[in-house]
Amino acid sequence: MAKKIRSPQELLQFRKKVVALKEAAKTRIIVSGGTCCLAKGSKRIFELFREELDRQNIADGVELISSGCHGFCENEVIVVILPEEICYMRVRAEDVKEIVSRSIIKKEIIERLLYKDPLTGEQFIKEGEIPFYKHQSQIVFGNNRFIDPKNIEDYIARGGYEALVKALQTMTPEEVITEVKKANIRGRGGGGFPAGSKWETTRNAPNNPKYVVVNCDEGDPGAYMDRALMEGNPHSVLEGLIISGYAIGAREGFIYIRQEYPLATENTLHAINQAREYGFLGENILGSTFNFDVEVHRGAGAFVTGESSALMSAIEGRVGQPRPKYIRTAVSGIWGKPSNLNNVETLANVPLVINKGAEWYSSIGTENSKGTKIFSLVGSVNNTGLVEVPMGTTIREIVYDIGGGIPGGRHFKAVQIGGPSGGCIPKQFLDMPIDFDEFSKIGAMMGSGGMIVMDEGTCMVDVARYFLDFLSDESCGKCVPCREGLRQLRKILMRIVRGDGEEGDIVLLEELSEVISAASLCALGQTAANPVLTALKYFREEFLAHINEKRCPTRVCQGLVSYFIQPDRCQGCMACLKNCPVGAIDGGKGLVHVIIQDKCAKCGICFEVCPDRYRAVEKLSGEPVPVPPIPSDREISPRRVAR
Amino acid sequence: MKKVSLTIDGKEINVEEQTTLLQAARAAGIQIPTLCHDDRLAPHGSCRLCSVEITSGKKARIVASCVYPAANGLVVETKSPRVVKIRKVILELLQASSPKGRVEELGRIYGTSTDKFEKELTFCILCGLCVRYCSEVKKADALGFIGRGIEKQVVFFPEIALKSCPACEGQCFSLCPTGILPNKFARSVPSFGRSQPTVFPVRLWDEENFLNLTRNIE
Ligand SMILES: Cc1cc2nc3c(=O)[nH]c(=O)nc-3n(C[C@H](O)[C@H](O)[C@H](O)COP(=O)(O)O)c2cc1C
Ligand code: SF4
Ligand code: SF4
Ligand code: SF4
Ligand code: FES
Ligand code: FES
Repeated sequence: MAKKIRSPQELLQFRKKVVALKEAAKTRIIVSGGTCCLAKGSKRIFELFREELDRQNIADGVELISSGCHGFCENEVIVVILPEEICYMRVRAEDVKEIVSRSIIKKEIIERLLYKDPLTGEQFIKEGEIPFYKHQSQIVFGNNRFIDPKNIEDYIARGGYEALVKALQTMTPEEVITEVKKANIRGRGGGGFPAGSKWETTRNAPNNPKYVVVNCDEGDPGAYMDRALMEGNPHSVLEGLIISGYAIGAREGFIYIRQEYPLATENTLHAINQAREYGFLGENILGSTFNFDVEVHRGAGAFVTGESSALMSAIEGRVGQPRPKYIRTAVSGIWGKPSNLNNVETLANVPLVINKGAEWYSSIGTENSKGTKIFSLVGSVNNTGLVEVPMGTTIREIVYDIGGGIPGGRHFKAVQIGGPSGGCIPKQFLDMPIDFDEFSKIGAMMGSGGMIVMDEGTCMVDVARYFLDFLSDESCGKCVPCREGLRQLRKILMRIVRGDGEEGDIVLLEELSEVISAASLCALGQTAANPVLTALKYFREEFLAHINEKRCPTRVCQGLVSYFIQPDRCQGCMACLKNCPVGAIDGGKGLVHVIIQDKCAKCGICFEVCPDRYRAVEKLSGEPVPVPPIPSDREISPRRVAR
Repeated sequence: MKKVSLTIDGKEINVEEQTTLLQAARAAGIQIPTLCHDDRLAPHGSCRLCSVEITSGKKARIVASCVYPAANGLVVETKSPRVVKIRKVILELLQASSPKGRVEELGRIYGTSTDKFEKELTFCILCGLCVRYCSEVKKADALGFIGRGIEKQVVFFPEIALKSCPACEGQCFSLCPTGILPNKFARSVPSFGRSQPTVFPVRLWDEENFLNLTRNIE
């Protein structure tokens, strides 16, 4: 059925045909089907819809689509019914029958399945009206909600491959580069390097052949923007890659996908095959003289492999370890040939720029950061998921308007951005705009889009230790400042959270950080001390409290916390005694319970299980544990129990 | 070959393009300490002891001289306070795992404090000299790296080592800057015990030697 498209006219005609077909279907049902949706049974739900539509004999007038991730992952499985735009969330298998008979046939709304704002109780029918979406501007991610990643026609119906046509038919490679430079797309993979200049360097490098590469290694813990794009809208990335190949003069491209992303790999391979069938890949693309093809390379799953020279080594079939890179990969990359590496999201922006022009694109954002950025918003925030906002949006808008603020009435403390080697941005910068340069100015970095919200209960020393743990594991271990430096940074931080911090440790942390940043071989090492440096910059008093007062202000660090049962609040219910795993609690019916400090393993279970109405167990830090009552005072008087 | 002209420690120097800063400096009689460099082997850039400070335009930065290519107009400082500080900390870091041999000698020159960091004796500093010598010169690949991050280590692959090492008589041993590989080829060891493992950490090649070293330090 599929046939090669050889000219812009043919693409236009084909698109008209597809759109007409789609309009013929009176109703469309979209079931979200990203990796995490699948875990919530979305595949089964999709099949049940199919069965139910057949059973009710209405399959003909209804188009059923399994889309990629919608971004609001905590509420999956999401089902959207078009054209009414009815959006149901947290749909489960048992809801399917009801949806078909009530919402598809009778056009009724099932209130129970609508999204209800947990803060205000307000319900919303349309997906776009939900506060989480309303404050976003999903120019890159938006199509994820409408298309089936396995169906190239869905992408074409929404204007897909028009940018490629435009580039091939009406622009020279140089003009494409000029447009991308004018739009000032900066790399979304972390560094924020202008894509246009990198393309130009690669194009002008003397050697041939040239390669173009997509980085879908996405190693930042908790981040999944690239996965969502790659598995939900692979053609948009592919189109960006093909255009970059045309602009740079490459005939061959690679898509490097980490091992842990099987669905992204599957959908990408499928998309490549379809693109070949339709003539967007292969020889004489769209009737031009441009030949280009793509190969998928599966990663071995190390964080450092996402670094450009390591990734290129891996594509060559060697160990994915950084190389000394005093000659840029744009000049000497894969097999020593000029190679351009871009992040998934960077490339997904390219078709937009070509279609709508650099002027339109650069009207979005700030002076030096254009377009939008997708973040994965997680942590202590009411709404979590993927959010796309224009550059220039403030952190406050993301956390409060989109994220719905901090749960449980707690207070905001910091937001960690930039991935493991990013930094924690404190409260005083809540109104700072999302911008590559603003972030660098305060010692943080944009990174690839991880955003972890932290509330007042978070210990910043412990957070620094956590990221150092991650980085010392993920360092490739080749160079001394990175390997040995991180080993020692981690040791010092562990000593501080344990309560063995010494005077001079802060100076030592700073001295060591300076050397690691300056002398490490690759960017992993060069940025690995950031979590420590920003924590020291903005939360120094917490380090001082740990070291000098042996006090963890947030009472998080086990080694600095003691548990104590307040004699006048204890009601002798024995909950703590029964649950203490090491038998460190002495008590009995009608007795004030006492923790034997020497035996206590500081697991915190007693603190958790003491009933809320008593709250007798206290966490102490930096102060002596009061002496418990003598045995004769431990009887709880009946009057007190009665009260 | 094209010539380029650069300044190292205030001296103007002309070298061929593609020369590394380390080679250029040495040719001009300027010494830069190294731990992972050997003229016979491809540069590795792992110990970072050869770090120098370069300025081109306004920006100053630290690079490893054993891999950084000379370029026209480059201004290089091999002994700036920043460089000396970095070398000192690198040596102090290494002394925490490998306080003997070349590390000890260089530490004395740079006036390091030997107890700045918590000790964790592994001896091998992962300079890769043995691995690369075995691979690049002997073409035997009896040694290799395994693991990553702070768990990375150098191992023998007994299956290959049993075939190649006896004839070579452990030439790699003499390159090791740490004293962990014994000076003499230990003929008795390459049996690797009864159940031959697939990998064998270098420090176990001569376990007695390793334990002696450890005991002396602890
Ligand atoms: C340790 C390390 C890990 C990285 N991981 C990724 C990654 O997972 N994905 C990515 O796109 N870029 C990653 N980068 C950045 C890449 O080296 C490179 O700058 C980027 O892919 C270039 O694309 P861009 O200019 O479009 O951002 C990483 C860099 C470092 C140093
Ligand atoms: S759970 Fe609370 S109230 Fe009950 S015995 Fe333990 S400390 Fe007392
Ligand atoms: S903190 Fe854990 S170990 Fe200590 S008394 Fe409470 S329950 Fe027992
Ligand atoms: S055993 Fe010696 S030569 Fe081999 S990597 Fe370790 S320190 Fe270097
Ligand atoms: S170990 Fe890779 S940067 Fe140092
Ligand atoms: S000698 Fe240059 S990094 Fe080791």
